[in-house]
Order: sequence, then C-alpha cells, then structure tokens
Amino acid sequence: MKSRIGVFVCHCGHNIASSVDVPGLAETLRRHPDVAFAADYKYMCSDPGQQLIRQAIADHRLDGVVVAACSPAMHETTFRRTAEGAGVNPYRCECANIREQVSWVHQHDQPAATAKAGDIVRSIVERVRQDECLEPLTLALTRRCVVIGGGIAGMQAALDVAGAGYPVVLIERQSALGGRMAQLSGTYLTLEGGSERLAQMIAAIERHANIQVLTEAEVTACSGYVGNFQVEVRTGRPGGAEVTPFTLDAGAIVVATGWDPYDLSRLPEVGGGLLPDVVSTLDFERMLAPGGRLARPSDGVVPRQVVFIHCAGSRDPEHGVPYCSKTCCMVVAKQAMMFRQRVPEGQAYAFYIDLRTAGKGYEEYVRRSAEEHGVLYLRGKVSAVAAENGRLRVSGADTLSDLAVDILADLVVLATPMVPADGAVPLGQTLHISTDADGFFNEAHPKLRPVETLTAGVYLAGTCQGPRDIPETLAQASGAAAKVMQLFSHAEMTQSPTVAAVVEDLCAACATCVGTCPYGARSLHPVRAVAVVNPALCQGCGACVVACPNKACFVRNWRPTQVMAMLDQVGWSGDL
Amino acid sequence: MLIDGRVDVKPDNSLMHRVNARAEQQVELCYHCHKCTAGCPVAQEMRFGPDQVLLLVQLNQQDRLLSSRDIWLCAGCEACATRCPNEIDIARVMDALRQVALAEGVRPADTSSVKFHRLFLFLVEHLGRMNEAGLLGAHKLWTGNLLADLGSGAVMVAKGKIPLVPHVLRDRAGMRRLFSRSLHPAAADSGAEEPGP
Repeated sequence: MKSRIGVFVCHCGHNIASSVDVPGLAETLRRHPDVAFAADYKYMCSDPGQQLIRQAIADHRLDGVVVAACSPAMHETTFRRTAEGAGVNPYRCECANIREQVSWVHQHDQPAATAKAGDIVRSIVERVRQDECLEPLTLALTRRCVVIGGGIAGMQAALDVAGAGYPVVLIERQSALGGRMAQLSGTYLTLEGGSERLAQMIAAIERHANIQVLTEAEVTACSGYVGNFQVEVRTGRPGGAEVTPFTLDAGAIVVATGWDPYDLSRLPEVGGGLLPDVVSTLDFERMLAPGGRLARPSDGVVPRQVVFIHCAGSRDPEHGVPYCSKTCCMVVAKQAMMFRQRVPEGQAYAFYIDLRTAGKGYEEYVRRSAEEHGVLYLRGKVSAVAAENGRLRVSGADTLSDLAVDILADLVVLATPMVPADGAVPLGQTLHISTDADGFFNEAHPKLRPVETLTAGVYLAGTCQGPRDIPETLAQASGAAAKVMQLFSHAEMTQSPTVAAVVEDLCAACATCVGTCPYGARSLHPVRAVAVVNPALCQGCGACVVACPNKACFVRNWRPTQVMAMLDQVGWSGDL
Repeated sequence: MLIDGRVDVKPDNSLMHRVNARAEQQVELCYHCHKCTAGCPVAQEMRFGPDQVLLLVQLNQQDRLLSSRDIWLCAGCEACATRCPNEIDIARVMDALRQVALAEGVRPADTSSVKFHRLFLFLVEHLGRMNEAGLLGAHKLWTGNLLADLGSGAVMVAKGKIPLVPHVLRDRAGMRRLFSRSLHPAAADSGAEEPGP
C-alpha cells in the first residue's frame, strides 16, 4: 500500500528560514512520490501550526507525519500528541531536525543548507514509510519502596515516601537506626538540637504504620526491574543464628548506605594509628560528648593545645583520596569552637590548604571560629607529628609567612575524609548500579539527574553518592523520595515501545546479545532456543543489534532496512 | 621558600594582645588576601609586607617583627586600611608596633625613619604645622646624609613644593597642650576641658 505521508516544514521564525529556503523545500517535497501533502508555516509548534497538521491529516487522510523543524528532543512529544489527536499512530510521526543540524550550523550558505535540509527530510520520510504502528508498553507496578540504610538519608526518604501513603521497608545493617549522625556530639551551625531531631526522627519511623524496619539486615540479591524488583534480604548477625533469606517485592529502591571513616593508619607520617593522641574528627566527636570529661586518650589529661590538620588523607592522591570531602572545614571550625567552650583557656590551631565553606552562613561560621574563639589558621600542610616528652611536636609550614612552624600540642585531630561505606561496590553490583573510581555510587547525570541512577527505579540519597553534609543529605533524600512518589502515582507503568525485538527464525541462541546488553534486558528463553527481550529493561540503545552475528535483533522503528533506506537519501543531491 | 629556620608557635598571645589594644584593632580578622601588600607603595622595600606583618603578629613573632625595618618603612598612607576587606587599620597596627618596639627598647633597624618621625613631631608640636624645609634640613644634619636626593630637592624648591618660610599656627600653646595631653593622658584628664573654637 502506498504511504500517505504529510510533511510540515517549519520556519521557526527566522531560525530556519534565514538559511534554508523553506517554501522552496516544501514545494520540492510536494513532488515526492510518498508525500501526499506538504506545507510550510511560521511556527509549526504554535496552536495554529498544530491545527494545520490536524486539518491536513483529516483532509488528506494522512497515515504518517514528518515535521521538519527543531531537534526531536525539543518537540517530538508535542507533535506526536498532535498526530495522535488527529488519528495517526504517534510512532508514525517523526521530527526531521533542520534547525540544530542545518540552519544553525550553515548560516552563510543557503543553497547547501537547503540541499542538506532536503536530504534529512527525505531520509525521515523513508523512515516513516517503514514505521510500524506501535502502542506504549504497560507494566505492572508494585507500590512498595525498599530503602537501604537507616541513617538520616534513608530515614528521611522512608518518612517522605511513607507519608505519601506508600509502604516502605527500611533495611539497616547495624542493630539500631541513626547511622553516622548518631555518633556526632554536635552539629553546625547551632550546636544544639541535632541529637534531639535525630531521636524524633527515629521515633517517628518506629511508630509509622507504613514503615517496616529491618535491623541487622542486608540485601543479598536483587532481580527484576523498575516497578517489579525482587529484593532478597538476609537478617541476623554474621556468625550468629542463620536466618533464611526472604524476598521482598518492591517497585523502587532508595540506596542510602552512607560513609565510613578513613583509616587513620594510612597516615603514619602524622602519627595516624601510631600515636594515641593523634585522633580523627569522628574520634574527637566522641571525646566531646556532652556530660563527659574531655580527656586525651593516652593519659586522660585535658588537652590545652589542640592542632587540627585539614585534608588529612583527602585531596591527596598519594593517600588514596583525590577528592575534597567537603564537610571537614566546617567540622574543624565546629569542633574547635566546641573545644574552646569546654576548655576556655585552650588554644586551637588549624593547618589548612584552602578553607572551603560554600553554604548559607558557613563562611561566617568559620570566621567566627577565628574571631571569637581565637582559632589560629595556618595555611600549609603538616609534614610530621612526633612524640616529645608526653606531648606531640607538630612540624608544619605556614606558606603565608614563609615560616616553618613547630607547635607543641597535647592532641592532634586529623580531619579525615568520608569514604564509601564498606560493601558499597558489591551492593552496587547486586543492584546493577555503578560506582565511581572512589567507590561512591554514580548518579544518572552529574548535573541534571542527581538523585537517579542509570538503573530505572533505583535512586540515591546522601553520602553514598559523595561527601555532603546533613542539610544537603536531607534535601537529596527528599528528592529521591519525590521520584519514588512520582513513580508510584501511576496505576501502572508505561514504557516506550521502541525497544529491541528478535526475528526468531534467524536467532541461533548464541547469547551474544545477553552479554552485550548494558541493561540486563536480554536472556535466553528458558525452553525454546531463542533469545528474548525484557521490554521493561530495554532502553532501545541498539547494542544487541550491532552485536548479533545473525542480524536477528532489531529495534522497533529503527530497523536496519529503515536505516539503509534513510542513508540512501543522503548526499546525492549536490556537493556538500 | 622558608626563612630563618623553624619557629616555635607558643600559646602566648602577648604581642597580639598588646598590638590589638594599642591600635584598637583585631588583627585576627585578617584572612590573608594580600590586598594590603598588593597596594602598598613601599612593600617592595619591605622584607615581609603588611600582610605578613599581621600574620607575624598573630604568630607572636615579637623578635622578628620589632627589629624589622618593615614597621619603620610604613609611610602611613592608609592605602592598606582603605582597601582591607576586614576593615583592619593596618597603618595603625604598624604604628602600634613602632610604639611597642620603642617601649621595649628595641634598637630600630632603620634609625633614619625614627629620626624623621621625631623631627616631624617636634616641628608640629612647636610650630603647629609641618615645615618641609626645616624637616629636610634637620634630618640631613642629624643623619649626616647631606647629599642624598639633592637634585630632586632643588627641583621641588624651584617648583615651590618646599616653602622656605614656615607657616606657623597662631595657637601654638594649644597645640602643645594637645601633645601633652596625648603623651600624658592621665594628667590631662584631671585638667579643665578645652572650650571648642
């Protein structure tokens, strides 16, 4: 049957029309054998422009639409909805990009731009000619969320999702909720209130009807896909009474596995792991616990001279951590102020490389530590810490005065970086989400999709994605919860049908596609000797199409015959 | 490059406290942006420069600072104080350091500057105004450095920049009272308040 395709060429004001002969292009296309109708208009995406398309579909009984305009990333959805409204299957409506790929890049050569626009439009006409009528895929959806990690990130995400009325299972490896925040003696910017808020949060979780808490529990396996995950969980202490693993059905997973402290023994040159009075900022938090007596580990004496060393291990590829841990500058300022409140006659020193205090009120906070609490900031690194008559000789540099500086201290606090929680990399493999070179989980896009992962339905919250402080963690956790709620707000899931498919007669069941697929969407049929596609997981990337030795794979509406026919239309209309 | 070997930083803020009190400043506000040093017209003659002077005050490096030429080279032009983002009046800090050095009996690294300061104050105290010709002549005699800058001095005299006849304040007794009151504040406090002009 002969196609009845309509082509609609857009001027986009002067964006396209200034370098492409738009009326001439429409006129040429009217003579194309597969084109039943062609027209041009000032703005095709405007209401009158869309009305023109609907009217032409009705008047000329069109069964396919090509809109020659901007990038499909811009208006494909718009025009497909227009076509669908007028009775054309939306998957037989395609955009020919003659703006970003033609007019904007060939502004000073109208004949060449017009010729190239013609090539592109004819190739899209070829594509539409062979486009199938498709229906969106619908998939069942389990509206239950699994949150992995019971620190503030996981608890906030759990409370938000549960508050929207969806059941949540909160899985924590330790025996109690609270995570790293429970180990802090104070939080910036006001020292009070942090632990009370945390206790309230834990109480709210424990009494919430929609939240089931599993402590001493770990995720051991995960299968399925967005909306339909099967999460295998094992409870019980390692080495304790074995509990049979059980499986949870879940529609979404929030990963909030947090951070671990850096191993002090990796810093022997400043006494880490060797000298008892060289401690980490997390150790110092415990020493500053309210009600306790501030005493240094070696002899229980109250320290008077305390030296903080910023970037201890971090920003230091030599010590395995190239990144900035982001929170330590604020932690040092906070701890120095807490120390001075406990020991008013004490003096705190801080060796730093830069002070990084981006955050509302953060710069002022660090300044206050110097102005009101007399913290002496010295710009330079410490080269050695050595024991000397029961004290510590700290040898460093102050690069602002060009002085080599020695300080006799009672206690040295190393501001060590956050590192990913133990087990993050294997958990990532279990959940099919990737980790970066440092072991933090990768977000789907570093700028535009910060709480999603590349595995649909798995979201990130908190320091498992990279170092951050409490307010940022809470914001991201609520962001991840909003993504879960958005997913759960539908009765069922719809998915684009332009996914891979198999010509079973050609398939040799060699499983090359199974190993090639980056999304785990390919497998061999359990009974028949053919490879199959899980359309819920397939992203339509086409890797299997390229890999298949028998050419048995194709992506719907991107068939190899379509692509070859499109290529035939390109490049023979003139010298470009 | 590190200078002068290692220094011990001790928990003794005596110098910083003295300087802060005398200058009525808070040198710990300095975050070492170097804007003062960048704009200082005499920094290239200094060993440390204004920024490092503030840091050495914070580090209580009394010996280094009080014997350095830097505190005497400061021209008091206030470019540093005008530009300082933390509003530290660095020229006043320099002045306080000079006062501490004299009080401590530290031999100034630059006696020529000290003589200049002394003559300047002497002239203002007794004439009520500065007299360039008198200051230059006396300074040359006192330092024995008679021939320096003779050429530019002659040009300045020719252009009328150095008036040979001194301007004299009418109320010189009032000026002397001002000096006496600032040098001996306790004695002046007990005396009657001067009526305003």
